[in-house]
Amino acid sequence: MRALLVCGLAGDAAAYHAFLTELSTHLRAFFRRRLSGLPDEVEDLVQETLLAVHNQRHTYDPTQPLTAWVYAIGKYKLVDLLRRRAGRDLRNDPLDEELDVLAHNDAEATAARLDLAKLLLRLPARQRLPIVCMKLEGMSVVEAARVTGMSESAVKVGVHRGLKALAAMIRTRR
Amino acid sequence: MKTDELVTLLATGAEAVELDASSRRHATALGWGAFGATLLMVILLGVRPDIDAAARLPMFWIKLAFPASVTVASLFAAARLSRPGVRLGWVPGALVAPVLAVWLLTVYVLLATPQPERAELIMGRTWEYCLLSVPMLSLPVLVATLWAMKGLAPTRLALAGAAAGLLAGALGALVYALHCPEMEAPFLGVWYVAGMLIPAAAGALLGPIVLRW
Repeated sequence: MRALLVCGLAGDAAAYHAFLTELSTHLRAFFRRRLSGLPDEVEDLVQETLLAVHNQRHTYDPTQPLTAWVYAIGKYKLVDLLRRRAGRDLRNDPLDEELDVLAHNDAEATAARLDLAKLLLRLPARQRLPIVCMKLEGMSVVEAARVTGMSESAVKVGVHRGLKALAAMIRTRR
Repeated sequence: MKTDELVTLLATGAEAVELDASSRRHATALGWGAFGATLLMVILLGVRPDIDAAARLPMFWIKLAFPASVTVASLFAAARLSRPGVRLGWVPGALVAPVLAVWLLTVYVLLATPQPERAELIMGRTWEYCLLSVPMLSLPVLVATLWAMKGLAPTRLALAGAAAGLLAGALGALVYALHCPEMEAPFLGVWYVAGMLIPAAAGALLGPIVLRW
């Protein structure tokens, strides 16, 4: 798995895809064990953490054990979620038990409630268009630059900042 | 959006990543911060006029070596705390060692001095300036280092903020030492340490607020 990430960091998109796919299964198991009372949050947190791993992937040092890096990010996002929920639950105290009851009725436990596609629409055009072209349509930087009329560096910056803004939106929306 | 769709989105067109991004970011921050601190010192305080004469005394170099070694150790601390899952290892020891060395020297100097003169060695003549100037000179590095960390991924936010503050304080003290006329170890052991700890405390408070991601 580490080899996949190292290849991914060197620009091998297929290896990176395989890495993220495998990572998501590990994250799902990790969060499911720790969020047994909140199954609805699991998939959202998996997605939030994948986005975080992607946005901060330049902080991985290939000489470092991959487990330590992934575990630290996963734990950080888990604690962050619990802290945000604690703050919100304190403000909505009377609803507490009712929410717990609903939490166990989990027909949608495997689906993310978080609709990233909708959040994507709320990004400004200079970030949304490059993401749509490069990430959803699979265009190269050159093609995306031509289609959007932006410079190549603006396209790259747009993708980068857009994904960061998406991560920030997830945090504030919760 | 399903998780496998997100994975595809993230992986599509993912380009190579610079693996030294982390250290370069810290180096840039430290460079600008040190420049800012030096500029502030030269404009607001001025280099001590007798620096030629002072540079011939060993104590002048001890006074520089102390904050310099804390700067190096806290730079390692800040860099390690900016990456998820990296242990601090020997770094806390390297942070404490120079402080202990100065405190040992302080005790030695105080014991060799008659009781009535000890207070003067500790207080010096400029302790208030030291306590104000070191935190003031630390501001550029504090801001720059927090900026650097913001683009990385600290997971222990208060500790990371404290490391950024200590780095800023130590570099502030290093720059201040070029202005400061005090030449006694007890002064360093008390006021320089206090001056460095103020930005460290500020960083510990700021970290959880500004470094979240």
